[in-house]
Amino acid sequence: MAESTKTIEIECLRFNPETDSAPRYQTYKVPFTDDMSVLQGLQYIKDELDGSLTFRWSCRMAICGSCGSMINQVPHLSCETFLRDYYPGKLRVEPLNHFPILRDLAIDQTDFVRNKLPSIKPYLIPKQQKTLEQGEYLQTPAEMHKYYHYSECINCLLCYAACPQYGLDPKFTGPAAIALMHRYNADSRDGGRAERAELANSDEGVWGCTLVGYCSEVCPKGVDPAHAVNQNKMASAVDYFLRFLRPYGGKR
Amino acid sequence: MTTVKTYMRPMAGWWRKNPFFVRYMIREASAPLFYLYALWLLAGIVALATGPSAYAAWWAVAKHPLMILANLVVLVFAVYHTWTWFSVLPKTTPELDVAPGALITGGIVAAVVACVALLAFAWGVTR
Repeated sequence: MAESTKTIEIECLRFNPETDSAPRYQTYKVPFTDDMSVLQGLQYIKDELDGSLTFRWSCRMAICGSCGSMINQVPHLSCETFLRDYYPGKLRVEPLNHFPILRDLAIDQTDFVRNKLPSIKPYLIPKQQKTLEQGEYLQTPAEMHKYYHYSECINCLLCYAACPQYGLDPKFTGPAAIALMHRYNADSRDGGRAERAELANSDEGVWGCTLVGYCSEVCPKGVDPAHAVNQNKMASAVDYFLRFLRPYGGKR
Repeated sequence: MTTVKTYMRPMAGWWRKNPFFVRYMIREASAPLFYLYALWLLAGIVALATGPSAYAAWWAVAKHPLMILANLVVLVFAVYHTWTWFSVLPKTTPELDVAPGALITGGIVAAVVACVALLAFAWGVTR
């Protein structure tokens, strides 16, 4: 590590489920250089100041989506957020909003991983099943362009932390899951839209969104979940009016 | 399923914690003002249909300084609402090969042109 010239105060939310009934805050003085990320600041705390601080990380280059946290009340990946941008002020690091806190900065992602993500059937449901002998499902670059940026989601959950509707009503399917649903619906090889429509068209689906739009602001991969959700409001309205002619969603 | 104890933070005051949410709440909270303003204009039409004395009474209230102030407040929020409405336009359209910024600018220009045309028309027929 290069010679440190400055020191910044990092205030971390602390919560120990074995001893605490509510979270508290603890401030650490961290020497830093201009190339240090907030994640590196947290690693410095864990290595040098307080080994009990708990947080998740893995790739440290905005690919794995593990290190999302609230930094001064804004959802960020801590690996691509730099300490220099907060100096000479201090920064407060908290776990992602709207999720239960397991310990310190680590949240419980069960609701997304177990409930939300599987509910949108995040896999190709081919229009017509092919046998191996019939070859692969082909697609032109133009067809891929229609969904590609929605497929870049890394499940970091920043958009859920940015979504007050999810915070107020956790039954809302939420930005990332609906963006992924759109990713499959918009795929020319996929024929599963009808299977996904009952959830999409419900209050827990696209209509749970009130177009706050902050999800797209905070997304580190440019997925634009707000666009995915709100395009599907139009599709849902069309389904509603054409439901007798073209019944999507089956039992309703 | 998770069986360990977790802590869920309350949502109270959520929209005051981030300027983005404050702007969103002003956008949403301004909508009832336009509902009330539409009711007020509707009351004017009903008064007009009722007779000259009812219309004169409505008009007397309309000219009251407090009512003019209320009109100005609604106008300010209407401008803000229009601007924020077109700012989210790129989130609601189908996939288009148009830059989001161009969509927003186009929407705002269209709104200004429509307002000027309506004002010019009203000016023309009432002179």
